[in-house]
Amino acid sequence: MSKKITVGPVGYMPQSAPSMGVELSPEGQALLYGNVVSEDEAMRDAAKAMLTMQNPTIFPGPQVLWDWRDDVADKSAAILDLASEIPNCKIIPMPDYRPKYPKIDVKAEINPNHPNLTILDNKIKACIFIGVHCHYANLSLRMIRAGTDCYTIAMCAMMGHEEAMASIRDVHADDIRRFKDVLVEVRNELGIEHTPTMPPENPSLPEEDWGSLTPADYGEYRSLIMSRKGEHVADVE
Amino acid sequence: MSLNKKLVDMDYLLNEAPREKHFITGAQAMSEAVKRASVDMAIAYPITPQSEVMHLVGDIYAQGHIKEYYRAEEELGTMSAIAGAARGGVRLFTATSGPGLLRGLEAIVSWPGHRVPCVLGVLTRVINAPLSIQPDNIEMAYLMHSGMVMLHAENQQDTFDFTLAAFAITEKVDVYIPVSVSTEGFFVTHAKGYVEMMSEELAFTEPDPYHAPVPAMDNEVPPARIQRDAPVQKSNFMSYLIHSVWQQEIWDSNRRAMKYVYQYIDGPLEVQNPGSDVMIVASGCAAAQAREAHRYAQEEGISVGFVKVKCIRPWPKDEIREALATAKTVIVPEHNIIGWLCKEVKAAIPNSGIVVEGPRVYGGMTLPVELIMTEIYDALGMDSLVLQA
Repeated sequence: MSKKITVGPVGYMPQSAPSMGVELSPEGQALLYGNVVSEDEAMRDAAKAMLTMQNPTIFPGPQVLWDWRDDVADKSAAILDLASEIPNCKIIPMPDYRPKYPKIDVKAEINPNHPNLTILDNKIKACIFIGVHCHYANLSLRMIRAGTDCYTIAMCAMMGHEEAMASIRDVHADDIRRFKDVLVEVRNELGIEHTPTMPPENPSLPEEDWGSLTPADYGEYRSLIMSRKGEHVADVE
Repeated sequence: MSLNKKLVDMDYLLNEAPREKHFITGAQAMSEAVKRASVDMAIAYPITPQSEVMHLVGDIYAQGHIKEYYRAEEELGTMSAIAGAARGGVRLFTATSGPGLLRGLEAIVSWPGHRVPCVLGVLTRVINAPLSIQPDNIEMAYLMHSGMVMLHAENQQDTFDFTLAAFAITEKVDVYIPVSVSTEGFFVTHAKGYVEMMSEELAFTEPDPYHAPVPAMDNEVPPARIQRDAPVQKSNFMSYLIHSVWQQEIWDSNRRAMKYVYQYIDGPLEVQNPGSDVMIVASGCAAAQAREAHRYAQEEGISVGFVKVKCIRPWPKDEIREALATAKTVIVPEHNIIGWLCKEVKAAIPNSGIVVEGPRVYGGMTLPVELIMTEIYDALGMDSLVLQA
């Protein structure tokens, strides 16, 4: 297979994958290095990357970090199960898309405005984007391809991402569990012994005391506070 | 919708739903499309008298086909309000033309970067001094570098179909940038033509603002902290690289729209008599005159090809190259002085010297078929008649 999209760094000014002729895969198929392949082929290559490259990391985005839809809890649980099957896997969240002032804590989070900082500081050589809105995932994946040597995997709930080395589309909880099964299969083929272990606690995040949270804690964003902790808004006017 | 319509997908609405023939103006055709598009909100500063579109949209709002409508104070306010409403995840429509479009341009060109899905009707009008209310599509040149998808309608039927298609294209997850539907003021907007329309009891499926590449600003569904836009202005806390890749993303989204141009309006081009030595390439109202010239030529036994360009952005470069691959002369009639379509055609083909720069009319002049025929006769070395003003 000729690789249209390769692990970076591709350089100072990356050319976008769509402008290089890469098109999103049709339903039921995936992208691998910019080529349309079967989901199984893409999953196996992605699994091998997560098992064999240094500091494999999952970057969950806002869509799987907050319990805002009925299917999110199941999906997030599946992501944790997946992480537990990958030796030395970390989870570093992308909780929002705002630039971080004055400086991002690269041990605690990744941000689409400068994702390369988190990748480089943690020496991450393989990662999974999941639950990140497509626009921000595309920006991040391209910047990572530009400036790092990280193998990127997009597990997208919608149409996938041309910029990732492996892009799997229409991913929901069952698909994550299927990827986990493929990963365990590849791990066994590679002879890697592993006991499922939950990823370490995020070391830099302070203990959050949700019980004493007040609107003032939201600073300039307090006017944007919505439902209370535990409250699930099922219907709106 | 408050009128209890049957909601259907755009493929059914455009391609399968039974239609009846009506005799209506282009302005009516655009508002009839809006009527069937489950539009949540329309905002406009109706630019009288160029087009009645937003007046008619006001009427269909009063009839209950649109949930909300208001008249802004001027076009910059209109277009800014469209951007704000889009962040709330609603389906939007506005229309303007000429001077109004330019007044709103600062906001309009920010829409693609802010990933604003909406449909913009452009009913073309002279913008140059001396001020005129006559048709001339030079304003489209200003939109061509904005990043938005641009469709150009030849007649009333196109105006109806393209406007409906635009609502589907703009909300695709891999597109999610605005779509403009342009047509010539007066020549199309004020003139009546036959339009085949489906029942107004049918309407396009309502939008899902959460099936989107950017988060909707919904303060009742967490997390509001993932808001997307205002911090972008604080560029000193961002790398320049994200500004670069963000701009790439706009044009990638534009590029991805092409497959939907094929899906909903049968591709970016209509080609008649491919392989002819003389090809006429035209868009919008000029395509109607070019079509007539093609017919005249056929009646005279002259083999002439005709290419109608339906989609200006994404620009169908490959399709144009293929359509003109064997041409010896390419004639590009236009309704503007700068010849923006001619420039695009010349840039798309390797042998741009074969392109005749015209005929062009502007300032509200009509485009007689005879002007195009003169170029055809010249290209073929035949005697031609010369029109006197």
